[in-house]
Amino acid sequence: MIHLRIRSSKAGKVRFASHRDIAKVWERTLRISNVPMIYSQGFSPRPKIAYGLALPTGSESDCEYIDIQIDNSENEFLNVEEVCASLNENLPIGIKINGVSIMEGKVPSLQQTVTSCIWDIAVNEDNTTVDSWLDTINTSSEIVIVRERKGKKVVDDIKPLVHSVRKKVKKEDGRVVVEAELGTQPRSLRPSEFLRSVEPSLTEYKLRRRKQIVEEGAKRLDPLEVAGATRMRTLIGAS
Amino acid sequence: MTSLWSQIEELLLHVEKPARYIGLERGAQHPPHDAQNVAWLLTYPDVYEVGFPNQGLQILYEIINEMPIGEAERAYAPWVDLEQVLREKQIPLFSVDTHRPAHEFDVIAFNLSSELVYTNVLNCIDLAGIPLRSHERSKNDPLVAAGGHCTYNPEPLAAFVDFFVLGDGEEVVSELTSAIHLWKTSKDETKTRNDLLALLSEIEGVYVPALYSSTLDANGNQVLNPIDESTPNLIEKRTIVDLEDWPYPKNQLVPITEVVHDRLNVEVFRGCTRGCRFCQAGMITRPVHERSLDQVRTMVTSGIKRTGYDQVALTSLSTADFSHIEKAVAAVGDDPMSCGQTSISLPSLRVDAFTVGIAATIQGGKRSGLTFAPEAGTWRMRQVINKLITEEDLYGAVESAFSQGWRRVKLYFLIGLPTETDEDTLGIAELAKNCVAIGKQHTKNASVTVSVGGFVPKPFTPFQWFGQNTTEELQRKVNLLKDATSSMRGVQLKWHDPKATVIEGVLSRGDRALSDLLEEVWKSGGTFQEWSEHFNIDRWLDAMAKLDLSVEWYAYRHRERSDPLPWDHLDAGLYKDFLWQEWRDALEEVGLEDCRWTPCYDCGACTGYGLDHVVASTSPPVGGSQGTWQNLEKGSDAPQLLTIRKKKEVEAKV
Repeated sequence: MIHLRIRSSKAGKVRFASHRDIAKVWERTLRISNVPMIYSQGFSPRPKIAYGLALPTGSESDCEYIDIQIDNSENEFLNVEEVCASLNENLPIGIKINGVSIMEGKVPSLQQTVTSCIWDIAVNEDNTTVDSWLDTINTSSEIVIVRERKGKKVVDDIKPLVHSVRKKVKKEDGRVVVEAELGTQPRSLRPSEFLRSVEPSLTEYKLRRRKQIVEEGAKRLDPLEVAGATRMRTLIGAS
Repeated sequence: MTSLWSQIEELLLHVEKPARYIGLERGAQHPPHDAQNVAWLLTYPDVYEVGFPNQGLQILYEIINEMPIGEAERAYAPWVDLEQVLREKQIPLFSVDTHRPAHEFDVIAFNLSSELVYTNVLNCIDLAGIPLRSHERSKNDPLVAAGGHCTYNPEPLAAFVDFFVLGDGEEVVSELTSAIHLWKTSKDETKTRNDLLALLSEIEGVYVPALYSSTLDANGNQVLNPIDESTPNLIEKRTIVDLEDWPYPKNQLVPITEVVHDRLNVEVFRGCTRGCRFCQAGMITRPVHERSLDQVRTMVTSGIKRTGYDQVALTSLSTADFSHIEKAVAAVGDDPMSCGQTSISLPSLRVDAFTVGIAATIQGGKRSGLTFAPEAGTWRMRQVINKLITEEDLYGAVESAFSQGWRRVKLYFLIGLPTETDEDTLGIAELAKNCVAIGKQHTKNASVTVSVGGFVPKPFTPFQWFGQNTTEELQRKVNLLKDATSSMRGVQLKWHDPKATVIEGVLSRGDRALSDLLEEVWKSGGTFQEWSEHFNIDRWLDAMAKLDLSVEWYAYRHRERSDPLPWDHLDAGLYKDFLWQEWRDALEEVGLEDCRWTPCYDCGACTGYGLDHVVASTSPPVGGSQGTWQNLEKGSDAPQLLTIRKKKEVEAKV
């Protein structure tokens, strides 16, 4: 059995496909690419695929992760790079594998492991609004939002989840872009919630998840580089 | 052509299910545009997830794109939320493949598979930014075309559609493309749009409504006549001779987002001669043409490999009748790509123990539910409709299903069939009860879902003369069943809204006067009428009252043999005498056997066209009364005669 952790980008028209849609796309693409999957036991066997943190529909990303388990019993020397090349060929336009690691031993799931995400948030509002919003975020000692969870209203202070936030110089389609690192534990802070937290009128034009980060002590790692992961170097830089 | 993507993109953040509008499906084509080519926009007038799986549209999409002079893209009706913003921003209907505006195509072709989508056709034409009515369009506007089963009575849409195509589209679509190409590339500036339409009307199977004028006979029935002598009096449907020549779709599209019937579909045969008298599909698609087993195998193997689907449907109007059904099913299971994980579904499953056995071995772990369609609750009623399934057949099938591990069986029935009595209606509940009892012997969770729909008489069927049940009558029958099943444990009753049924009935056999009705309903906001949350009968009844149109006239009245029918100028291959004889036989409960395996009774479908059945097996499938020994015995005397309803009754309804 080989446990692969694959990182891919999502951009262009396909950004409007939901996280659930993309899960199904992966499943089919693995079949089309002839990747021998390990299936779950039981009444309704499913291929063993684990998906990372959900990406809001409409967002782009450079760093979406999935964990898959491949059955190499028939082919001991299964070539991981060939597998990835074949997947890249069959994935929809806009989704591209840009990194892969072979995982050894028992690896905690992506959802448990990732501690924060870095987002580029292009907003619809002008510079002045963004500046005053940034100012409020940075000077407040707590930012309380009310959100609905399982039908109940829950009050949360999201300030601890705001690891960093700054305005970028480069604009996107003429829009101001804010870069923010937002925590994901115990529960992800969504960029849209973050925007509206102190300025209800602030809306996102486009989101792009730039990085997912695993904090291990003082180290900040890519999920492809956590303990037990062996990076397949040649794939780095693949477009 | 220009892409509207950058404008559409911004809107998609604010609509439901934006993946409906992005294209990118596996197999989607992005034909490079050449102004000399004939560009088709194949449009399904309902929402993406409903229209996407349509096989007819996908077949034409491939055939056109294979032509050097053709290019085809797809469009679907935008859901109401996107439509609203498209209108606000004045963005037209667009293709999902390259997001080009609809009005830049040469032909906008609609698939018509049910009557309630008609107002969506109007909406799509309007969203395309071209004039709604045919006669208002100019030389530079796209042609508006339509195909699909509803074109066997296209009259309600006659004012909006430039040409209709009757029957199989595989061949005619290339002929149309060539004709339009020739016209487009000839530099003759004197030629008008009408010249082009006249040219197209010369192609067999093509009906151009503008070339016919309508008058009313003394009773108010519409009669059509060609305006010009050169126009054909009768338009004959197209039938492909051999399905084997058309192994399409070769590259079935695989969606990115969730759609209905999300699986690999392989059509194993076209046409059906079981002869169910209510079934329009079985009448208009005759004769039977099967694919060879080899081709089915190839299509399954290459389809699984290319699509990654883990579910395969072998489709047809009655798949258990396929000569090679057993081997075809085995071929799916044996496919090397499927790794034992591929399930097979056989839609249109007849109650035939053999089939259930096969399904049980193949369907593996995924046992969601099995559906059978006995259609009527008593043997007498099934003789009237010529669906000659005995109760024992049904119980046998249900027994196998529950014994093979299924827990839920769904049964389809029609109510409001000709000569139906309350005994027949209540027979539905009785059958369901007995099926649950059979299931309980195998699992205590056994359940039977009974789904009833009101019967709508369709053109080119023996029941085309029948006055359909009123909304009130259908509702009364639903209530009878509700009462009868409320105390039956394990029986769930579902029913189609009788109010929608009556509107389907009005449109099904309507004439050109209904163009105004469609426009009125559409203008009042009546789109997506197939969706119960959008359907509102008052919209229709108010418009009918305003236009002085009567439901009684269109839907409830029994027609006489001498009454001209609005589709008399069209030919589905069936002799009218045959249909009339079948209608009389229905009322006398006389059955008719399947002509695949018995001598020809000359319905017209083969003889009129020099066609023949293409069937590998000369003997019918074994087992069940649908097999060799069809029970054609007469059940009893018809309990009620069809008479024109009394005037008082009629007035009460109007």
